[in-house]
Amino acid sequence: MWRFIAGRLLQAIPVILAVITVTFFLVRVAPGGPFDSEKAVIPEVKAALEAQYRLDLPLGQQYLAYLADLAKGELGPSFKYPGRSVNELIAAGLPATAELGAYALLVAVVLGGLAGVIASLKPNSAQDYIPMSVAMIGICMPTFLLGPLLVLLFGIHLEWLPVAGWGDMPGDKILPSLTLGAAYAAYIARLSRAGMLEVMSQDYIRTARAKGLPEWQVVTRHALRGGLIPVVAFLGPAFAGLLAGSFVVETIFQIPGLGRFYVQAAFNRDYTMILGTTVFLSTLIVLFNLLSDVLAAWLNPRLRAQFGEA
Amino acid sequence: MTATTITDATLAEQGTSLWQDAWRRLRKNRLALFGLAVLSTFIVIALVTPWIAPYAYDAQNLDLGASPPSAEHWLGTDIFGRDLLTQIMFGGRISLAVGFVATAVALVIGVTWGAVAGYMGGRVDAVMMRLVDILYALPFMIFIVLLMVVFGRNLLLLFLAIGAVEWLTMARIMRGQVQSLRQQEFVEAAISLGLSPATIVRRHLVPNALGPIIVYTTLTIPSVMLLEAFLSFLGLGVQPPATSWGLLISYGAETMEEYPWLLIFPGAALTLTLFSLNFLGDGLRDALDVRGSGD
Repeated sequence: MWRFIAGRLLQAIPVILAVITVTFFLVRVAPGGPFDSEKAVIPEVKAALEAQYRLDLPLGQQYLAYLADLAKGELGPSFKYPGRSVNELIAAGLPATAELGAYALLVAVVLGGLAGVIASLKPNSAQDYIPMSVAMIGICMPTFLLGPLLVLLFGIHLEWLPVAGWGDMPGDKILPSLTLGAAYAAYIARLSRAGMLEVMSQDYIRTARAKGLPEWQVVTRHALRGGLIPVVAFLGPAFAGLLAGSFVVETIFQIPGLGRFYVQAAFNRDYTMILGTTVFLSTLIVLFNLLSDVLAAWLNPRLRAQFGEA
Repeated sequence: MTATTITDATLAEQGTSLWQDAWRRLRKNRLALFGLAVLSTFIVIALVTPWIAPYAYDAQNLDLGASPPSAEHWLGTDIFGRDLLTQIMFGGRISLAVGFVATAVALVIGVTWGAVAGYMGGRVDAVMMRLVDILYALPFMIFIVLLMVVFGRNLLLLFLAIGAVEWLTMARIMRGQVQSLRQQEFVEAAISLGLSPATIVRRHLVPNALGPIIVYTTLTIPSVMLLEAFLSFLGLGVQPPATSWGLLISYGAETMEEYPWLLIFPGAALTLTLFSLNFLGDGLRDALDVRGSGD
């Protein structure tokens, strides 16, 4: 097991390094410097600015200096907001995004898992078709459409919930979390249904039933663990998707989070901010993928044995 | 050349029987047929839009402004008095074009990559697939946003960027197929006939892996279209004066409080298309009897 984790960690390093390198050079070869928009900057000022952001050094040296900074955990100063570092900006945006992501994940796992398990208990009945049809809608309905529609219905038409904001009014976290979590709830419903159906036909479930266990105990104590492995394995990719989805959801609901900062930085050509956020988010995603793989392997005895041998 | 003609003829015959078989099964799947019908209709409409659109694409009517659906404007008009149906028809051309072209890019890269890796085997395979593994772990959504920012927002780049992301799964599926196919006798026969690896891959391996390729292609198109709409919604995809369903949805979302139809109709067009493609893909998977992906 430990070898498996160590091996995956070693694999993660080149990925993160590749992200840093590709992003760094992409941003640097981009046409149009960050100070081009300011009209008629005095050459001396421009030179001073470029020195401050190390733009006057050769590209290779800039890259090495950036890596050295990263090793110390410093992401550099922001282009757009002079005097503030990218670290500070990320720290300012992270809490809202993390909270939104956690709620959305909760929505996805609880709603999706429940729907999938319920559907799997009576396959090809109404109990199966109804949640699965809703799940299909959830998969086909993009976040940026679902969000405005929910706002239209619950915010504007019914006036049950606030239309935007984060932590300003009671209940304003409900719609964003639902919007972001919905698509993943739908995927998880499909995955857990398929996983449960496969597990429920196994011999050990028949044994559990033969022992005379009540059906709910068969499900909760024996089937769930195996049936939900695909869901756990899906959590890694889902996390990456949630982060991307947070770009849209934070824009729709005007949440001051990392996703909105990223999109703004993209429009402002705030290169250090784009670079820093990309590196930060990518590292998070890679680590989360790792975590989800390890968890899935730990839940699956067959896989565990395989890694023990390898 | 004679040899080529013979292979072509055999291929065509196999293809037909595969399709006849699949079609028989697909016909029983009502949701898939519905998807096929909707999709064909939308594609035909997209092709003939310039001739049948009720209004000119850039026709404005500032006096009219935003109006709800009526006899003159079936789906209403936007704040500039532009006919929404016309906008949706022209937007659909772009959304569908991105879906199909970017998927084609992914298809070509993925099939080639997977076939070469699977056919060569050994170290070449290990290196090529390890690269796929590494790329898989990259947060691509963030990269596409980055690409669109860095290189300006042009449509060609959008095709390439999306296609470059979506080929990975295709490569894995293709490699799995080729690996199992190349053990079979007809490939050994082809090798002993002295055919070059490139010919074997093109003439014998790719046609035999057509089922999974078609199924996965059908399922890639909706995810590509979703990606385009996502980028356009953020303002990083299709740029005005061109339009797409994602862009129309983003305009609609801005004014939904006063003019909800501007959000609902483009949204319905996109959702219906995605629905159809997913149903068709699921149906084809059953009809062509394709098991899960090949990795």
